Amino acid sequence: MSSVPNKQGRFGAYGGRYVPETLMPALLELEQEYARVKKDRSFQSELAYYLKHYVGRPTSLYFAQRLTKRLGGAKIYLKREDLCHTGAHKINNAIGQGLLAKRMKKPRIIAETGAGQHGVATATVAAMFGLQCEVYMGTEDMQRQALNVFRMRLLGATVTGVDAGSRTLKDAISEAMRDWTTNIRTTHYILGSVLGAHPYPMMIRDFQSIIGREARRQILAAEGRLPDCLIACVGGGSNAIGLFHAFIRDKKVKMIGVEAGGLGVASGKHAARFAGGKPGVLQGTMTYLLQGEDGQVNLTHSVSAGLDYAAIGPEHSYLRDQGRAEYTSVTDDEAMAAFDILAREEGIMPALESAHAIAHTMKVAPTMKKNKILVVNLSGRGDKDVQQIANMRGITL
Amino acid sequence: MTSKLDRAFAQLQQRGEKALIAYVMAGDPSLQGTEQLVVELEKAGADIIELGVPFSDPIADGPVIQQAAERALRSGTTLRSILSMVIRLRARTQIPLVLMAYYNSIHAFGPERFFQEAAQVGVDGLILPDMPPDEAGPLKEPAAEAGLPLIFLLAPTSTAARRTFVARQSQGFVYYVSLTGITGAKLLNLADVRKNVEKIRKVTKLPVAVGFGVATPEDAANVAAIADGVIVGSAIVKQIAAYGQKQEMVTHVAEFVRSLKTAMRSPQPRSG
Repeated sequence: MSSVPNKQGRFGAYGGRYVPETLMPALLELEQEYARVKKDRSFQSELAYYLKHYVGRPTSLYFAQRLTKRLGGAKIYLKREDLCHTGAHKINNAIGQGLLAKRMKKPRIIAETGAGQHGVATATVAAMFGLQCEVYMGTEDMQRQALNVFRMRLLGATVTGVDAGSRTLKDAISEAMRDWTTNIRTTHYILGSVLGAHPYPMMIRDFQSIIGREARRQILAAEGRLPDCLIACVGGGSNAIGLFHAFIRDKKVKMIGVEAGGLGVASGKHAARFAGGKPGVLQGTMTYLLQGEDGQVNLTHSVSAGLDYAAIGPEHSYLRDQGRAEYTSVTDDEAMAAFDILAREEGIMPALESAHAIAHTMKVAPTMKKNKILVVNLSGRGDKDVQQIANMRGITL
Repeated sequence: MTSKLDRAFAQLQQRGEKALIAYVMAGDPSLQGTEQLVVELEKAGADIIELGVPFSDPIADGPVIQQAAERALRSGTTLRSILSMVIRLRARTQIPLVLMAYYNSIHAFGPERFFQEAAQVGVDGLILPDMPPDEAGPLKEPAAEAGLPLIFLLAPTSTAARRTFVARQSQGFVYYVSLTGITGAKLLNLADVRKNVEKIRKVTKLPVAVGFGVATPEDAANVAAIADGVIVGSAIVKQIAAYGQKQEMVTHVAEFVRSLKTAMRSPQPRSG
């Protein structure tokens, strides 16, 4: 498999740059600047410094002994991105782009957020680098992630509710793109997942690929060999691509992305793009998209705000076409059950997003022999979801 | 090959006039309403009509046009039903009609089929606000075969290199976005617009039309003194929204368009 994307930002048929002309010069500038810092030692060592001392990397690769025993099959290792500062992998990218914004001398940063984790990561980085920060968030998501809204405000960010369309991640991205179009001369847009126009899907993948580089080294140290299978949840797909990227050339390592099955794919209320979608263009990129016959983008549903999005990162569409990665989905109920099991067996509350990866792990681990190895990306911690889970169970805190 | 847009601009130039390009969202409040509007706006002085194709996620549009798209989608408008409306319109008027669509609408329809059918029913051009010419390669052949001009946009942020690149790819006219922002934002640094239009003229012989932020007859007159065409969108859509399904809607919107054209016929250049 050749290296993707190409110069036009294409991952095979996917990706590209479908944006208004106003944004094109900024994207070209960003592409150039990113190409420069990628090779720049001082940038890379500054990034490494913050990842180590501020984020707390490397995160551990933890052998989940009791979960493994309970499922009775493959050995399960959890890549503990939940231990990152701010509680999820999102900060790996936010730090990288924050440093880039500083280099480009943009005093203001904006971001969109679904679950709130990327918003919190961006607000955190903005505070630490002394940048002005505005975060766009759908009002539906603000309700289910009220805690993260408050966290962002405590960190000094302005959180702006978006009351259009489905009032979730998709609408927050559109509003952030409109802000960027208007304030492009002073503002850098820190997109949170491997979505949007080139160079975002590539750049964010690169910033997140530290997850897989560490995991590869760690599993070799622990087991003396590569794992048989990787599992990660996929909203836009940044934690998944972050884990997968370092293993792409290791053809024997199977890679599985888990989408949000919501109330079940048959119900139509889900965010499983590969189950119900077809290629199209949304918010700057060509990729698999949940859409109607006329090309209008469908509303999605997931218990997890971070997976509740109509499109998947273009590189995932490419990996699927190539047969290099496979994709499946689990329902809200399966994810909720997995949350409980991980909490009780391992004392780890996963984010509802990551609980999707755990739920699929619970399906495949028992079918694998005991000498097989699974690495699961525990992309974030579940503290942010506690309120929502209480509400769903009719408990007033 | 000269297109209907080329001929329209040439005739206006002979008469010493500038083109008033009026934008309406197809299907807002209904396709019947849009059909009637097009006929009446032509009588009121519009020279070209830009028909918006409603999309669920219009990233280049401000709230006024977003909400118009939502109303049009609620009224059941599809790209197919818009093309059917164009067939009906062509029995009543020959005014040049340009579609403004987000690319996914065309992609879902099938680009080749779209260009053939659109040209056949009497569409005269296509504007894709989320597709710079960098991505339009695959559309060029089907568009050329159908004889349908692809109109590209330039912005205040466009570099000299992009100005040349984009202007040379554009057909019919060049759409200059007058401000760094989304549709319906506030006008307008006229001196800046003048400077940029002059720069565009140095790299193309195509007419230059200016849109985004032209809201009043005075704006229209000022822009007409600078450019070959004046595009008015949100200000018209706002009027349509204010009257909605009421009978007097078409009369009121036509009256507004007449005031724009009247102002453009007696331009009083002002410095911005």
